[in-house]
Amino acid sequence: MATDPKLQTIKGEYKQNPMIPWPFQILRVKRETEDTFTLELQPTGDLQEFQFQPGQFNMLYVYGVGEIPISISGDPLNPRILVHTTRAVGIVTKAMDKLPRGEIIGVRGPFGKPWPIEKAIGQDVVFVAGGIGLAPLRPALYDVLAQREKFGKVVLLYGTRTPADVLFRQDLEHWRSRFDLEVYITVDRAMSGWKGNVGVVTTLIPRAPFDPRHTVAYVCGPEVMMRFTATELIKRGVEAHNIYVSLERNMKCAIGLCGHCQFGPFFVCKDGPVFSYSTVKDLLVKWEL
Amino acid sequence: MEDLKRILVEHPFFKDLHQEYLELIVGCASNVRFDAGQKLFTEGTEANEFYLIRVGKVAIELKVPGQREIIIQTLQEGDIIGWSWLMPPYVWHFDARAVELTRAIALDGKCLRTKCELDKNLGYELLKRFSSVMVQQFEATRLQLLDVYGNRS
Amino acid sequence: MKEGKTVNACLLERKHFDTLLDALKVRGYKIIGPIVKDNAIVLEPVESVTQLPIGWVDEQSNGVYRLRKTDTPTLFNFTVGPHSLKQYLFPSVQKIFMTQRQGKSTESTVDEKVERKKKYAFIGLRPCELAALHIHDMVFIGGMYSDPVYQVRRKDLFLIVVNCTRAGGTCFCASMKTGPRAERGYDIAITEVYEKNQHYFILEGGSDRGMSLLKELKQGKEIDGRVQKVQELYTKAVQEMGKAVETSKLKDILAQQLEHPEYDNVGNRCLSCANCTLVCPTCFCSTVEDVTELSGASADRIRKWDSCFTLDFSYIHGGPVRLSVKSRYRQWLVHKFSTWIDQFGTFGCVGCGRCITWCPVGIDITEEIVKIRG
Repeated sequence: MATDPKLQTIKGEYKQNPMIPWPFQILRVKRETEDTFTLELQPTGDLQEFQFQPGQFNMLYVYGVGEIPISISGDPLNPRILVHTTRAVGIVTKAMDKLPRGEIIGVRGPFGKPWPIEKAIGQDVVFVAGGIGLAPLRPALYDVLAQREKFGKVVLLYGTRTPADVLFRQDLEHWRSRFDLEVYITVDRAMSGWKGNVGVVTTLIPRAPFDPRHTVAYVCGPEVMMRFTATELIKRGVEAHNIYVSLERNMKCAIGLCGHCQFGPFFVCKDGPVFSYSTVKDLLVKWEL
Repeated sequence: MEDLKRILVEHPFFKDLHQEYLELIVGCASNVRFDAGQKLFTEGTEANEFYLIRVGKVAIELKVPGQREIIIQTLQEGDIIGWSWLMPPYVWHFDARAVELTRAIALDGKCLRTKCELDKNLGYELLKRFSSVMVQQFEATRLQLLDVYGNRS
Repeated sequence: MKEGKTVNACLLERKHFDTLLDALKVRGYKIIGPIVKDNAIVLEPVESVTQLPIGWVDEQSNGVYRLRKTDTPTLFNFTVGPHSLKQYLFPSVQKIFMTQRQGKSTESTVDEKVERKKKYAFIGLRPCELAALHIHDMVFIGGMYSDPVYQVRRKDLFLIVVNCTRAGGTCFCASMKTGPRAERGYDIAITEVYEKNQHYFILEGGSDRGMSLLKELKQGKEIDGRVQKVQELYTKAVQEMGKAVETSKLKDILAQQLEHPEYDNVGNRCLSCANCTLVCPTCFCSTVEDVTELSGASADRIRKWDSCFTLDFSYIHGGPVRLSVKSRYRQWLVHKFSTWIDQFGTFGCVGCGRCITWCPVGIDITEEIVKIRG
């Protein structure tokens, strides 16, 4: 895997000008839930592979409509296919949702700091995902499971809105069947008949099987959910600097030049999106920062 | 009875409780079992007990006209269910249904209530422990209310 | 004045000032300098010395900018106008690329104009503007990624700075240590002297090409003895500086006072019009727009100046992060005087005072800092 988040795998003009998207072709559009879909993309032209590290994101450009940041949700060990999962909520993602197979989409990236997986070697690993936050965590899960022997216990705690909003069902089923991975799923609301858990994702933390003193946690979801989760993890005994969160701010250029994604002293696009909780916890509680 | 006592002593809810109070509580306890789908209690009925789940899963449900019951929360092994027995009018505000085969210890609240009135120290100890459970659930409910995964617009 | 520099200095009589412009033209530079336009002094192409704001003086205070014509035929007796170098190096509207599409294939190309080299000489820049340029260099080409537009435009600039012998009513460069005299980063530094019917300029070379250009100019007689004179003029400028900022520990104070009640107060007065960010020589925020040709055959991606004072600026799914005006004012102020240091190692403010002058309600950043410092 590439260790340098620079655009070193990308050839030609693109390497010099980080503002120009590279054309990728849509191989498959997979519907995950009512409003969520996964795009499988293949690089065109000279570019054969697209290497990235778990937690990084790309800028996806829909011809003539606009460009948005989306985290990569695919397997870092399969760089021939670039995978993005997103919700159709804005102008660009709604346009994206309508694109047929074979259509071209522009890609700039990968950008940003990845989940520091190497920090968890020899430790227990806890992934806490909220809603669509499972997508940016999935590459990290693939990565950890690919070198499973290097870690202690591995736990995935996943909370989402309703049973219908559960993402990546195939993966979850597969993961649940593994003996070396504990998967707990909970939903915020359900109708009678749902056999799973109901309650916010933080309620899973007290009973999850991990040793808090030797745990690295990767947390991704809405900011409020991440704050509550980090608080609960700390209550359980996990150290703040061993908790990582992925922040969302308005990213336009993705290379720290446009100023939009500033969060206190940080440019979320290049200093993040992944931050240690101890670095950002004081800033997260300031109004409208 | 010894088995019941051991379970209660080991449970975090009763941690560090005076020996005499424990004896008293054990006296109010009994083993219960609910099959999947069976109700532990029903909204509007008299609330005279609380439960400590040993095995299984219980859903707290709310009836809504025109649709199936909404599950507000599920509780499982180690969780405490029910505090309506503590405060007047001692009536359940929700339904509780076993999602799967559930074994629990039922504690007679009506009996405890009387004892608490007579011994304020016992009352305080129990109330302190219940408020901690309530605060946890209250915080979770607040987060649930935010509906963080929904559309904000 | 340092010993070494005087060797590379010369005296240019007013009547020979044209020779400076001529020497630039011979070298193929397009000259940009101060001219009077729309009742303000702006930076535009200059062909001859007669186009410069001869005799014009500016008066600036909170929310006020006025030009006044005097009988004194000075060339540079004004301070800063609304323009700065950023108009040229970081254009307010810039096409980033054009995408053309044929069937299902699309191809993105960079606009030719972006790559075309422009050879500019700037005359009449102020020391604070050179400091702003240095700051922009760190932002646009000093990090892991470089801005291709800035990179091209930044190359081969010939920079002629005019040291300030008069300070404006909103100036505070002395506090920010960026003026009134330029220390570095110029090719030639000019100090204008007008006294007892003598009108001349002290020219100092700051680079090899600057010094070699000086050699070609028609040299005035003696320069010795005048060095002391210009030193006095700088001191006078410092003394008449309209504003000041206490910068000691400012970074930490602002970082610790993010919820200071003064932000409520200033948030009530601020119109969030973004004037301050537009005139600021260091503000660098931008956004992009996608414009599609009617036929759909091509789409342009256009970069435009943006401002942290707009509501859209902090938009994420669900709404803007900085909903209130006070939060946007805070973002701007704290960035300039605190987080900029975390990001780039310097203040993001050069003390030019433009934001105070051009604020329609006269909000004074130096006063706000006084209040927040407490």
